[in-house]
Amino acid sequence: MQTNLNRDVLRKAIYLTGSVDLAARLPFISAKVPFNDMVVDFLNDVSKVLMGNRAAKTYSDVITFAFWIRKSSILKLKERFEKKDEAFYLGKGIAFHIAPSNVPVNFAYSLVAGLLNGNANIVRVSSKDFAQVEIIVDAVNCVLEQHTEMKPYIILVRYERDKDINDLFSSIADIRVVWGGNNTIEELRKSPLPPRSVEITFSDRYSLAVINADSYLEIEDKERVAEDFYNDTFFSDQNACTSPRIVIWTGNQIEKAKKIFWDTEHKLVKKKYAFQAIQGVNKLTKSCLIAVVEPGVKVEEHPDNLIVRVIVPEINDCLMDYQENSGYFYEYDCKDIQEIRELCNDKRCQTIAYIGDSKVVLPLIEAGVKGIDRVVPMGKTMDFDLVWDGYNLPALLTRTIVLA
Amino acid sequence: MIFEKILSIHPYSLDKEEKEKLLTGRLLKITKLHQEKCLEYARILESIHFDADKVNSYTDLPFLPVRLFKELELRSVSKEDVVKTMTSSGTTGQAVSKIYLDRTTSSNQQKTMVKIVSEFTGSCRMPMIIIDCPSVVKNRTMFSARGAGILGFSIFGSTKIYAFDDDMKLDVEGVKKFLDKFQGQKILLFGFTFMIWQHFYKELLRLEKDGITFDLSNGILIHGGGWKKLVSEMIDPEEFHKKLKDVCGLENIHDYYGMVEQTGCIYMECEYGHLHASIFSDVITRRPIDFSECDIGERGIIQVVSTIPESYPGHSLLTEDEGTILGIDNCPCGRKGKYFKINGRLKNAEIRGCSDTYADKFKS
Repeated sequence: MQTNLNRDVLRKAIYLTGSVDLAARLPFISAKVPFNDMVVDFLNDVSKVLMGNRAAKTYSDVITFAFWIRKSSILKLKERFEKKDEAFYLGKGIAFHIAPSNVPVNFAYSLVAGLLNGNANIVRVSSKDFAQVEIIVDAVNCVLEQHTEMKPYIILVRYERDKDINDLFSSIADIRVVWGGNNTIEELRKSPLPPRSVEITFSDRYSLAVINADSYLEIEDKERVAEDFYNDTFFSDQNACTSPRIVIWTGNQIEKAKKIFWDTEHKLVKKKYAFQAIQGVNKLTKSCLIAVVEPGVKVEEHPDNLIVRVIVPEINDCLMDYQENSGYFYEYDCKDIQEIRELCNDKRCQTIAYIGDSKVVLPLIEAGVKGIDRVVPMGKTMDFDLVWDGYNLPALLTRTIVLA
Repeated sequence: MIFEKILSIHPYSLDKEEKEKLLTGRLLKITKLHQEKCLEYARILESIHFDADKVNSYTDLPFLPVRLFKELELRSVSKEDVVKTMTSSGTTGQAVSKIYLDRTTSSNQQKTMVKIVSEFTGSCRMPMIIIDCPSVVKNRTMFSARGAGILGFSIFGSTKIYAFDDDMKLDVEGVKKFLDKFQGQKILLFGFTFMIWQHFYKELLRLEKDGITFDLSNGILIHGGGWKKLVSEMIDPEEFHKKLKDVCGLENIHDYYGMVEQTGCIYMECEYGHLHASIFSDVITRRPIDFSECDIGERGIIQVVSTIPESYPGHSLLTEDEGTILGIDNCPCGRKGKYFKINGRLKNAEIRGCSDTYADKFKS
């Protein structure tokens, strides 16, 4: 292993947490047992600081994160993921994370996944000035002063385009975790990993919603559903990999359900969403393009440009090449779930947000489709878990030692 | 309404009602023409349940986003009938618009342009200085927006000279000789706003310090292409006019608004600094939230309609520019029709999500 790191390169990064010295010492840091008390206590203290921070309260994503790292929450994860077999588990060693630039809190989840599984972490944080990033970094730094034993395990850096830095961190990484789109992954792959190291890549994905019209109509609190759908879509400009791009309707009373569903959603979006002028033009452009390539599509009449819906007469594999964000939805009335097979057999297909019964998509999964990693209730698409995007992170971030 | 009939009318003579009637008739007719001749266009109309019987005014007609011409080849004539393909001047790596012209559309563009510009320059041809370099118009079958603009305006020149060599260096000797030769005559100057500022004005300013001056007080300058690059240098139209007057006496200056997707129908700036819509075309400003029509004085996204395009479905387009209608039929210059100003380009959206902004930096 490379142990003598080039300090000139290390100095090119900006250290939000840690320092050049701490980064240089990374190769000498011991791995830890997953879910060890040191990490659990540390995270619980970070949670407390965040919960007590008034600025944090205005950011629901920061608060959600703070809840997730409370001791009680982490112990539940421990319950689920701690292996109870004869083998011994240790962190892989050094995890190098590239966080996405447009999801403010994601870097923190990636870091926690690395920490909980016993690794030392270098995290490249988004270079955008998100208040959420500052709040969390401040909390981490503050708590590190009481948990100095944790300092070697958390290096948070910022840097612009720089292959030298990518090369250096990659050269010592036991695991590289690359969030963000395909271009970022391609860029990072130019930096070699050591032979035994592995990589987890979160590539460009799309997601869908499957709504049983009859189940939806039975739900009393339609506003709650609208909020849930909002959180799954508009909250991230419908541009997260987990944001549904197409709504698949099943059941009998589809027309009735659609009307109520979209009317309620529209009211909420009108109240909550910060619309940008170009978004209307973008949606119009995309709906024209799909009309040209997919004869028979119908653009639903819309009172304004907040929600644009395009009804497709059939599902085929090129539909998802025409994605748009910020409130642009395809819709399909589905009689037999096999009709959406093409959508789900695509490796880009990630999350299915459902209303009704999650088992509705089971026939597709049993038939061996190449997509679908998560089937979760509507409103839960963004809820981070240690199993994400089809990856069991605890399994990938640890080493299994056989003690026979 | 056939196009020849519109050509016979004085370009700024119709009032609101007369013009609305003319545009509605003509534009509805070419909407149906494109629906019939262009499959892609027909599909788009079908997707939005377009019903020609429900159109009461040209403002009810559907509009295509101008970006569509970058993504698709939209044509309402056969490939063989295309005599010219015009392209927008996108920066390197960007997709460019492709606009297909047949003989009729191409010729109507030119005729329209003559009608409009003559209103400002008079109908006589003049010695002309093109403030650009000759290489821009070299390839005659693929016209860039810059090249198309130059060639379009060249009809107004009797004798022509390019002010720059191909390295964008001012040809001091050539221009001097040209001005001496046509001393006392009205001279037409044409170029793109930024080029004029960057390579012409700044060079004149530099030469002035060396005692070399030019007298363009007889000149009439027509310039277009937008102010985006000048905004970053903090130059507004007023400043632009003043500086040019100071350095070479040029006073008669007209900006214009136009785009390659609707060549011919340009919007000329009058003596009062207002851009004017002629009877050949119109601007409609729309509210971003629902594309409803803005009131006079309210800023909105600009839709342009043109009576010319028959070979491609570009007669009603939603641009990505923002503008404000300042008035209708009542500009102090006396020209009828709408007059307006441009506020600039729509901003790119700031979008959240797991996107690739990190890697995007590698491309620029």
